[in-house]
Amino acid sequence: MPLVAIRDLAFDVPEGEFTCLLGPSGCGKTTTLRILLGLDTDFSGSFQLPGKGQGRVAAVFQEPTLLPWRTVEQNVRLALPKDERGKNLDRLFESLGLTVVRNLYPAELSLGLARRAALARAFATEPAMLFLDEPFVSLDEQTATKLRYLLLSVWAARPTTALMVTHNVREALMLSDRIIVLSARPAHVLGTFLIRLPRESRNPQVMADLQRSFHERFPGVL
Amino acid sequence: MSLARARRQEGEPAEGMRTFPNMLMRSKALTVVMSLLGLCLLWHLAATAWPSRALPSPAAVWVALMRESASGDLFFHLGMTLGRVMAAFIVAMALGSVIGVLLGLNRRADRFFDPWVVLFLNVPALVVIVLAYIWFGLNEIAAIGAVAVNKIPNVIVTMREGARALDPRYWEMATVYRIGRLERIRHILLPQLQPYLAATSRSGIALIWKIVLVVELLGRPNGVGFQIHLYFQLFDVASILAYTLAFVAVMLVVELFLVQPFERYSTRWRGNSA
Repeated sequence: MPLVAIRDLAFDVPEGEFTCLLGPSGCGKTTTLRILLGLDTDFSGSFQLPGKGQGRVAAVFQEPTLLPWRTVEQNVRLALPKDERGKNLDRLFESLGLTVVRNLYPAELSLGLARRAALARAFATEPAMLFLDEPFVSLDEQTATKLRYLLLSVWAARPTTALMVTHNVREALMLSDRIIVLSARPAHVLGTFLIRLPRESRNPQVMADLQRSFHERFPGVL
Repeated sequence: MSLARARRQEGEPAEGMRTFPNMLMRSKALTVVMSLLGLCLLWHLAATAWPSRALPSPAAVWVALMRESASGDLFFHLGMTLGRVMAAFIVAMALGSVIGVLLGLNRRADRFFDPWVVLFLNVPALVVIVLAYIWFGLNEIAAIGAVAVNKIPNVIVTMREGARALDPRYWEMATVYRIGRLERIRHILLPQLQPYLAATSRSGIALIWKIVLVVELLGRPNGVGFQIHLYFQLFDVASILAYTLAFVAVMLVVELFLVQPFERYSTRWRGNSA
């Protein structure tokens, strides 16, 4: 019998916002993302991406998924449409701290650097919609936090609609404008948690408050 | 890490890396030369101990080699054979790779065609050659085709393994970023298949040139195989050995200056190989 990963799942992602899809491990978050990316076709339902099918999408997967036989820069350029292959990427590499490693092969990078290269590839395409599938898992907390700040600064410089999948409440509270909370499998929406505070003002005190009110609204979730 | 890399790019090896591998390589080359000289000496001793037309001395083979190359025959026949080897190699690799990858990606087709592959793997080379000459006549197409058909099942088996080992994540990445079909083949498919291609071309060249000699012996008016047949009838063992050694030398040159450099080039991304 086929496994039902999601059922009666419906949500909106406002354009230009950073939205998180938050739910327990194995609840069907990644499946949802794969459907939106066109990688899973075994589903019934519909979805609408920005740009009416013309807009580009980009994805940062759980694994960096860089081609080991191409350098960092070649990996990034390969993802661009042919007429944009030659464009200047200096500022993007600079902002992600990749300038010194742009000519290295992925095997020569740490996992943190490889993740940054995957972010660079996603942002280089200037997508109408950016998907992130737990891009910071299996990193130590310090590196992950650093990369979250990097992601925010690059995203602020190149705003796009972003949808990130995570099971980390703190990560979601730190990054997003709204959190869509999913139930355990089969996934459906439990509720939406809006954060109207600008990200700069989310200091540890505010984060702790946010966390408390999140757990009050969604007790027992994560 | 980045320092070593930067130097490598400028084409100048880092200090200290320069001398050690070179010395190692020189001593390795010396061992090979000594080993070959030893074999020659043993052969010479054997030929002196049992003087016979069936076992000419190295000097007699050298004389035959000089005679054949002075007349130009050697280069003509070597060239013909080499041309056939290359043609059969390209046909076998191209057809075998495409079929192998398709079978590796399509489970149902693989289940249906697998018995065919096993059957062709076990048809003796000689049978294929004889049938090709009977069905298609004593011509170049039949000769090269027969050699290729002998090699294709091997290529299929290896490339099928390669296709089964492809990582679907790269393909999904290419789908998301809308990378075109040709670029997927070049940047995603071929690099993943490279180790399998290398393995099968290695064994391929060795197998093919041996079969080409048989094809020439049975039905071609030139080539190393034809010459060996001729000197077999004349019982001229020195000339047979001269042609054999000359062609082995040619194939070694191909291996050293074509196969190996290409392999080094296509695996340059594997970090510490340099």
